[in-house]
Amino acid sequence: MASTRFIITVIGIDKVGIVAKVTGIMAEHSVNIVDISQTIMEDLFTMIMLAEAREENFDLKGFQTAMQKTGEELGVDIRVQNEDAFRFMHRI
Amino acid sequence: MLVHPEEIMETIQMVKTENLDIRTVTMGINLRDCVHPEISQFNRNIHNKIVEYAHDLVSTAEDVESLYGIPIINKRVSVTPIASIAAKFNKEDFISIAQTLDSAAAEVGIDFLGGFSALVHKGMTPGEKTLISAIPEALANTEKVCSSVNVATTRAGINMDAVALMGKTIKEAAQLTADRGGIGCAKLVIFANAPEDNPFMAGAFHGIGEPDCVINVGVSGPGVVNAAVRELKDPDLGEIAETIKKTAFKITRMGEMAGREASRRLGVEFGVVDLSLAPTPEVGDSVAAILEAMGLESCGTHGTTAALALLNDAVKKGGSMASSYVGGLSGAFIPVSEDAGMIAAVERGSLDLAKLEAMTSVCSVGLDMVAVPGDTPASTISAIIADEMAIGMINHKTTAVRIIPAPGKTVGDSVEFGGLLGTAPVMSIHDFSSEEFVKKGGRIPAPIQALTN
Repeated sequence: MASTRFIITVIGIDKVGIVAKVTGIMAEHSVNIVDISQTIMEDLFTMIMLAEAREENFDLKGFQTAMQKTGEELGVDIRVQNEDAFRFMHRI
Repeated sequence: MLVHPEEIMETIQMVKTENLDIRTVTMGINLRDCVHPEISQFNRNIHNKIVEYAHDLVSTAEDVESLYGIPIINKRVSVTPIASIAAKFNKEDFISIAQTLDSAAAEVGIDFLGGFSALVHKGMTPGEKTLISAIPEALANTEKVCSSVNVATTRAGINMDAVALMGKTIKEAAQLTADRGGIGCAKLVIFANAPEDNPFMAGAFHGIGEPDCVINVGVSGPGVVNAAVRELKDPDLGEIAETIKKTAFKITRMGEMAGREASRRLGVEFGVVDLSLAPTPEVGDSVAAILEAMGLESCGTHGTTAALALLNDAVKKGGSMASSYVGGLSGAFIPVSEDAGMIAAVERGSLDLAKLEAMTSVCSVGLDMVAVPGDTPASTISAIIADEMAIGMINHKTTAVRIIPAPGKTVGDSVEFGGLLGTAPVMSIHDFSSEEFVKKGGRIPAPIQALTN
């Protein structure tokens, strides 16, 4: 069974309001932040979040679509991927 | 366990810029319980069973794709070799079966369906002969149906009567699809030692030893391996092998994860991960590029076979650590038309058919998606098949031939198939005849390696 925790990555040119917008959409979908790290490498804004969906019938596709739309508005690349994609791939 | 940011960024880069993907999720479906003496009822049975089992396949694969954020390129179905369950029918009936398979494939929305197949390595039954005679029309009149014929095994030897027949069948398949560059031949594979759990087309079929329904996954990532090799600073070949191994491990782990999730959601047994490097026509997603990253000026030059042997073995070593259920064809695929680096190598004259044949002795599949002049005699095609089958038979490995005598084309021309099938430059062949050799027929006896008990 896949877990309900997701890695959200936001990569793009830094500007005011990225975190506010992204976390706003998360709140709308009742997605909770478990861990967050954010760096700015030169001009490139990079945010990695471990997030958790608590609801039984979490609409992943709806959430991904909303995040993608927000990313387009902000001019950044936002991806929402199940955490297993990263755990499974690199570790035994 | 903490997920490391570097691992996260690495995975994203693999998908975003290095074309990492799960090439195919293939549902194998047993059709042996569909047997019926009436062709209409038989067709209804197979249609119903495929639709019943596979109706959620595409949507489930799409859900898994979005869950992990890793693209799944093709969704496919493989079925029991039709010749082994439809022995009594005539040619028209067999064509109607192909059309039934095609319509079932269209109904469930998959990309390809494999299994219009026959296993004739030791001999042909009348039903198998009829199926083979129906192949050219079946492929010309369907969109998604793929066909394969196993003509040799290490245990049985090479059925040269079947090899002779397949040369003619390929020519006919090319002629019947001449208006589309002979695309019928791109959907037809001739095998030695065909694996029964192969998720890759056109050679996929659902083997007799398999369960009623099974999910097999084929992973692929030449772009990722290429990037990893190119990133090394002045490496020796041992370091290159190590890097390929590690990368293959990651790619295979991902395939296993996605395959297991898909099989869980569909309530279907999980079969194998086929750990392969299968190229696409995309620039960078090329097996030839990896060979060139090892220091060869152009794929096909001296040293290419050694480099390919290193690559193929490292892929298997990394992959076998990542999954306990590895199967199919597993290794590096070198289809000419589907690999931008291979196409370039043929065009610049560094890669010819003879070198390609040598390369197939150390990698998966064989002479794959090779175009030859349209006026190539059937006997020459049969002889090319026989050579490749001999490599498979003697070396205990799977080999295959997917060759296109491109109608009306000659050396210097190329044929365009579009999509994953790509563009095939027409390669030159020997002018000397193989007619008398092929005409002799019979069976090339199994080699002494067959007697291992």
